[in-house]
Amino acid sequence: MLEIADIAAGYGPVRVLEGLSLKVPAGQVTCVMGRNGAGKSTMLKAVMGLVRVEAGTVALEGQRIERLEAHRVPGLGIGYVPQGRRLFGDMTVAENIAIGLRTRGRGAATRERVLDLFPRLRERLGQLSRTLSGGEQQMLAVARALCLEPKLLMLDEPTEGLQPSMIALIREVVLRLRDEGVAVLLVEQRVDAVLAMADRVAFMTGGHVAEVVPAPGLTPEAPQFVRYVGV
Amino acid sequence: MSFGPYLLLAVLEGLVSAAVLALTAVGLGLVFGVMRVVNVAHGAFFMLGAVIAWMVADALPGPPALGFAAALVVAPLAVAALAAAVDFGVLKRLGYDPDATIVATIGVLYIVEQAALSLFGPDARPVQAPFNLRLQLPWFGYSGYKLAVVAAAVVVLLAVWLVLSRSRAGLVMRATQIDGETARAFGIDTDRVYAGVFALGAGLAALAAVLVVPIQQAHYLMGGDPLLLSFIVVIIGGLGSLRGTVIAALLIGVSEGVVSVFFSPTLAKILATLLVALVLVFRPQGLFGRRAA
Repeated sequence: MLEIADIAAGYGPVRVLEGLSLKVPAGQVTCVMGRNGAGKSTMLKAVMGLVRVEAGTVALEGQRIERLEAHRVPGLGIGYVPQGRRLFGDMTVAENIAIGLRTRGRGAATRERVLDLFPRLRERLGQLSRTLSGGEQQMLAVARALCLEPKLLMLDEPTEGLQPSMIALIREVVLRLRDEGVAVLLVEQRVDAVLAMADRVAFMTGGHVAEVVPAPGLTPEAPQFVRYVGV
Repeated sequence: MSFGPYLLLAVLEGLVSAAVLALTAVGLGLVFGVMRVVNVAHGAFFMLGAVIAWMVADALPGPPALGFAAALVVAPLAVAALAAAVDFGVLKRLGYDPDATIVATIGVLYIVEQAALSLFGPDARPVQAPFNLRLQLPWFGYSGYKLAVVAAAVVVLLAVWLVLSRSRAGLVMRATQIDGETARAFGIDTDRVYAGVFALGAGLAALAAVLVVPIQQAHYLMGGDPLLLSFIVVIIGGLGSLRGTVIAALLIGVSEGVVSVFFSPTLAKILATLLVALVLVFRPQGLFGRRAA
C-alpha cells in the first residue's frame, strides 16, 4: 500500500529524517515507536506533503506522491489524525465532518457510516468542537479522517491523554478498519496499546527505522521497548 | 437649528462614515484573520477603487446612474484582480511571512499611489451620484444617496456574513484561518484560499470607495484615512471577528460624525486613536476577539 524508500526530510536546514524506509501493507496495523525526536510525527507529515521530502521516494499503491502539493495528497485516500487532534476548534462538529467530506468519500453515505461508528458525535453535531471533552475530540479527529474513506489511515498518538474506555473505542475502530482492508500507520507511545492493535511494530531512532518486528513475537518485556522507547 | 436635529444630522453623517468604514475594515480584517498579513496597501486598493470608478464613469456617456452602475461592477473586480496578482507575485513568494509582507505591502502602497498620480493626476475628481433624491425632514433635508450607501453597506456585510458562515467557500476560509496546515491535510488548497481572500478584501475596499466617491471625490492620496481608521476598527473590534469589526466601525464612525460636527474632525481622530491605545492596554484581543489559547 504505502512504501517509503530511503527518504530524507526536515525543517529548513534541520534534517529530521535520514535514510528512512518503511512499508505499510493493506489490512494491517503498522505501529511506529521511538523516543521523542526520533522523527515519528515528521515521517507522517512527510507522507502528507506537509514537510518537504528532499531525497528518496514515497509511493501509494505504486504511485509516487513525494512531490505532490500537500492539498493533493488526501484526495488519493490518505486520512490523517494529527498529534494533539488539531480540530477546527471554532467550527461545529458537523462542520469539521464537512471539511473531511469535501475531497473524497461518498457524501451523505460516508457521513452516516462515520457517525454510526461514533454515535456520541451525532448527538453533538451543532456543538463547537473546542467545547467537546478530550475523548470526544479524539473521536472527531478520527471521524474527520474517516470521512475521506481512506485506503491508508495515519494516526499520531491517538490515545494520548485518553481514559481507558476511549482507548478501547479507538482500538475497536482501528481494528475494524484493518479488517476492512485499510492500511493503518499508527504512531503510539503506549506499549499496551501497541500490543493490543499492532500487526507489525517499527522502531525508529535518529530519523530512520531501525527494526521492524512482527507484533505476535513481542511481549511487554521485549528488549526493543527498552532500546528504542526507554520503557 | 436646535440641538436635537443637529445631533440627528451628526448621527446620520456618522452612520454614512461607519457604513463605508465597516466595508473597508472587514476587508482588512479578513485578510489579517485568514492570512496573518498586515496589508498596508489596503488604503491604496481603496483609492484605486475610487479612481477606477471615476475613469469608468467619465468614459461612459449617458445618465450618471449608468456610469456609476458600471463603476460599481468594474472597480471592485479590477482591484480584486490586481490584489490576486499581488498575492501570487509578491506575498506567496515571501511565504506569507508576517514581517516581510508588511514591508512588501508598503512597497505596493507606494507603487499603486504613484501609478495613480502618473495616470490620473494630482487633482480630486468628482463622480456624480446615480440619483439626486433629497429626503426632506422637518428640520433639514438629507441626501437620499447617503442613506442608500448605508443600506448598500448593510446588504454587502450581510452577504459577507452569509458567505462566511453558511457557504462551502466560507467553511474552507474559516478552516484555513484556524489551522492552515491541517486544512491542507484535508485537501484545501490554502494558496488559492489566500489569493481569494486577498482579492475579496481588496474588492471590499474598492466597493466602499465606489460608494463614497460621489460624496468625497477621487484623489490619489485618499487612501490614508481609510487605512488608519480600518486598523483602528479592526484592533478595537478584535482581529478575525466580523461582528466586532462591524460594531467597532459603528462606534468609531458615529462618534467621529458626532465629534466632528460639534467639535472638530481632528479631535475625533485623537479620540479614536486614544481608544485604540486603551483597548491595546486593557483588552489586547479587542472587544470581541478571543484571547489566543
